[in-house]
Amino acid sequence: MTAQESAPLVTLTDAARHFGPVRALDGVSLSVFPGDCIGLVGHNGAGKSTLVNLVNGGLPPSSGEVRFDLGETALDAGVRSVFQELSLCPNLTVAENLRISHMELKGFGWRRTARAEIAETLDMVFPDHGITSDAEVDTLSIAQRQMVEIAIGFAPRGQSARLVILDEPTSSLDAGIADQLLQHIKRFCLGGGSVIFISHMLGEIFDVANRIIVLKDGKIVAEKPTADFTRQGLVDAMGHVATETAEAERTGTFGAEVVRTDQGLAARQGEVVGLSGLAGHGQAAALAKLYLSQSSSWRAGRSPQVAFVAGDRQSDGILPLWSILRNMTVSILPKDARFGLVDRQAEQKVAEDWKTRIGIRTDDITNPLLSLSGGNQQKVLFARALASPAPIVIMDDPMRGVDVGTKQDVYAMIRTEAAAGRTFLWYSTETEEVCQCDRVFVFRNGEISAELTGAEITEEKILEASFEMQEAS
Amino acid sequence: MNKPWIWAWLAAALAFSATLGLTSGRGASELAYAALSFGAFAAIVGLGQMLVITLGPGNVDLSIPATMTLAATLALKAMGGNPGTALMGLGIALSVGVAVGVANYALIFLLRLPPIIATLAASLVYQSFAIWSNRGLRIKPPQDLADFSTGRLLGLPNVAWVGLVLACITWVVLERSVWGRWLLASGQNLRAARLAGIPVELVRASTYVTVAVFAAIAGFLLASFSGGAALNMGAEYLLMSIAVVVIGGSSIAGGDSNVPGVWGAALFMFLVVSMLNSYGAGAGVRNVLTGTIIIGIVIAASSRRIRA
Amino acid sequence: MTFLARHRIVLPVVSLAVLLAATFYMQPRAMSYFGLNLLFNLAVPIALATIAQMMIIMVNDIDLSLGAFVSLTACVTATFLQDAPLIGALIMLSLILSYAALGALIHAFDLPAIVVTLGMSFVWGGLALFILPSPGGSSPEWLRALMTVKPPFAPMAVVAAIIIALVTHLLIMRSGIGTVLRGVGGNARSVGRAGWSLIRLKALAYGLAGLFGVLAGMTLVGLTTAADANIAMRYTLLSIAGVILGGGEFIGGKVSPTGAVIGALTLTLAASFLSFMRLSSDWQIGAQGAILILVLTARLIFRQGGRT
Repeated sequence: MTAQESAPLVTLTDAARHFGPVRALDGVSLSVFPGDCIGLVGHNGAGKSTLVNLVNGGLPPSSGEVRFDLGETALDAGVRSVFQELSLCPNLTVAENLRISHMELKGFGWRRTARAEIAETLDMVFPDHGITSDAEVDTLSIAQRQMVEIAIGFAPRGQSARLVILDEPTSSLDAGIADQLLQHIKRFCLGGGSVIFISHMLGEIFDVANRIIVLKDGKIVAEKPTADFTRQGLVDAMGHVATETAEAERTGTFGAEVVRTDQGLAARQGEVVGLSGLAGHGQAAALAKLYLSQSSSWRAGRSPQVAFVAGDRQSDGILPLWSILRNMTVSILPKDARFGLVDRQAEQKVAEDWKTRIGIRTDDITNPLLSLSGGNQQKVLFARALASPAPIVIMDDPMRGVDVGTKQDVYAMIRTEAAAGRTFLWYSTETEEVCQCDRVFVFRNGEISAELTGAEITEEKILEASFEMQEAS
Repeated sequence: MNKPWIWAWLAAALAFSATLGLTSGRGASELAYAALSFGAFAAIVGLGQMLVITLGPGNVDLSIPATMTLAATLALKAMGGNPGTALMGLGIALSVGVAVGVANYALIFLLRLPPIIATLAASLVYQSFAIWSNRGLRIKPPQDLADFSTGRLLGLPNVAWVGLVLACITWVVLERSVWGRWLLASGQNLRAARLAGIPVELVRASTYVTVAVFAAIAGFLLASFSGGAALNMGAEYLLMSIAVVVIGGSSIAGGDSNVPGVWGAALFMFLVVSMLNSYGAGAGVRNVLTGTIIIGIVIAASSRRIRA
Repeated sequence: MTFLARHRIVLPVVSLAVLLAATFYMQPRAMSYFGLNLLFNLAVPIALATIAQMMIIMVNDIDLSLGAFVSLTACVTATFLQDAPLIGALIMLSLILSYAALGALIHAFDLPAIVVTLGMSFVWGGLALFILPSPGGSSPEWLRALMTVKPPFAPMAVVAAIIIALVTHLLIMRSGIGTVLRGVGGNARSVGRAGWSLIRLKALAYGLAGLFGVLAGMTLVGLTTAADANIAMRYTLLSIAGVILGGGEFIGGKVSPTGAVIGALTLTLAASFLSFMRLSSDWQIGAQGAILILVLTARLIFRQGGRT
């Protein structure tokens, strides 16, 4: 055992992974030792998920090498992953889900063993969890599912976990339970286990990691013991551009109230309303509900009331088989139609116009949408909404994967449109964006926990309202 | 290859020449004429099924045969073989189509049933209704209608003209109209389409009505063509309608449809049977080969997709 | 979560009980050993076919070829298994293996199961015609004896249904591999990530479907003593309906073998019940469709009650 004590569990040597022309990971060397707790940080698209998939054997490297100390595969080496998106089988019980990843469970009485094993692990990681191992997963809450998933990651499963990769494990856990998890990670690493911990909560990273790796554009740009990092240094290393956000001029004069929901969400004409709070606290659901209530599944007139900009492009936004042109104009077809037929000249003109206005990088707008990068696809979705005559525009975290320059352009465009009398409801996970709004609603646990206006809109106030008071320290 | 319909036409041409190879070229025009006549029915129901399949995964109309039978039975009964009633008969067939479509969609929308089970369960009811109304009697179509459906214009069978006109209308609607755009968008991603302001339920409802109307037209013509409605007249068109859509190059995953391919596939399906017949294959062998060809084409289409 | 939502099995049981009570009310003489035997006469093959369909639905696919497949196995039973048992057994084995291969093929090329099985229905139907061009053949003696055995207390059909439910429950709901198979329907990706070979699991699910399809064909011949190439065509629809009636869902691996058997019994009973009602035979098929719609409506209402 002592000989292995210093040998790395996993070694990546100049490992790279390309998806077509995209270099998701561009030559990374990394060793994970027993007892290591590595914090992995980086912006969206920096290559975190790809790196995780190389380490857990989900993807083979395009070049370079991934080597495990025990056996050939990640599974043999005791590498486990807990993924960001839930990966349990919702139709099975908690214990049965353990069976899926525990191949050794066989023969009569496997259920009893599985029940005992998962209950024991849950008790260990999350004392007082209140989850019965015979509950079907789709009867559990999101937080409970996440807890089960983490417990399965740490469960013995016949050979004991040696490296557990946790990808945003606390995203749907409340602070108390997240803390239980952090304590467990510390215990686990003290006992010789290793963890790769990905989180956007830098506090958590500083709390548990002994080493922090910063990824940027598919490369490791910094790798140091945690103690050698400061928060600011970490943020700078990620390539965060300290934007001096020009204090948005808030005119303060708005028209009549055009939106008011039962929840208390409200907006006046010409106002830019921000929605904030921690991710997944009901902002997206509130916006989708608002959009659906303001539009119809049965009628579409020439002048729609609302337009929607999706942040989750794959599921809510793009029409993948279509060209840029068709994606852009899909919401405004009835406006110029004659006898139900599309006016293709008018359509072309609108699309060309918006291509230049919003700066979509393509030489031909009849190219397939998927030929564009993620950020440019997002611009198409912006153009789709802004080209429609709708007086209210709903934006569900629309800046994912958009570069800084475009962001500034879009901010300016939103301001101009708002000044012309359009109303914007804008959910963003980035506080800095929300701070540019005229009014901000902060969400917590699916409800509005604060309404901020004018000078009240500061990062501190928003954070304060996002967390339960006692944990806001 | 962005013209997937070409394969269906190539296959049809191949089957055509293989059949003629046996007779060293004799009977070419007769064979083409028969293919156009019989292919027309498959093409008409195929066009309807294509629209439904374009709506996306899980959307399919399994009530086509029952709709064909019901529309034909009621129309022929109302006409009673009297001359000059053809238009009234057509009107009845079309109304049956609309009623069936509305009923199918009501089950899907109100009871939130998967389309497969909804159209399946409903088709049993339509079938019973047809049996009840017909009582096993075979009513002849009015002479003028029978003459029309077996007649020809400019050398092409009249039923083929109907099929061609419907195909042209479908093409224009899909490629040029707002509704067509809405349909194609809904098939790619229903949620994204809804969030882009498309009235997706209207699109779904009208699609299910359209497929039933197309089936009703096909049933009406087929009964007129073959001298009366029979209870099992629609049976072979269930598999046929789906097969011609897939062979014609439309995406089974929805959002991408292909009108010319449906006609090519409809001709192919007829020609391959006549080819096997002329080579003396029995019904068993014919079926096995037809099935194998369908699966072969689906595999070919999927490997093309993977390469792209 | 209400009681009904949690215990998916309740509604199928209640449906069966209500229908049974109604039947006994209409025809008190049915409440006997002999009466029950008559009522559930054809239940065994239908239950087996429903289990076969359930195996496919469990992994989120649907099998439109099951009726043709059961017809084929029935034809093999009535010919080869009777005349040359060894060859017959080998044929059956290869049929099961080809079902498994089909599952692997569908997974490997990511094919739409609905189209592939549609194509396969031509193939199976063609093979059946090839083996038995006209109705005939005869049942092996032992099979006939097995299907007409008179166990004490309850008639053969009821006892067999209980055994089928018990065995498949152990296999699918209790055993480790059954759990993994249901997991494939629930979240195939995570099952794959845990190190299972999805292609083998799919092949296994299809292979099991093939096995139960073979058993369905054999028991059917044991009851009818002869076969023809179209003997079980309606089993495709019956089996899908049975799975759904039994509380199964089209996607998500939510199936219940016990429910499926009860669903099959309900469908069998519905046919008997309708003939007791002296319902004109015109309406019998339609009434089955209506019952299906009714039960699904009931399910929807209960489920919505569970949500609020």
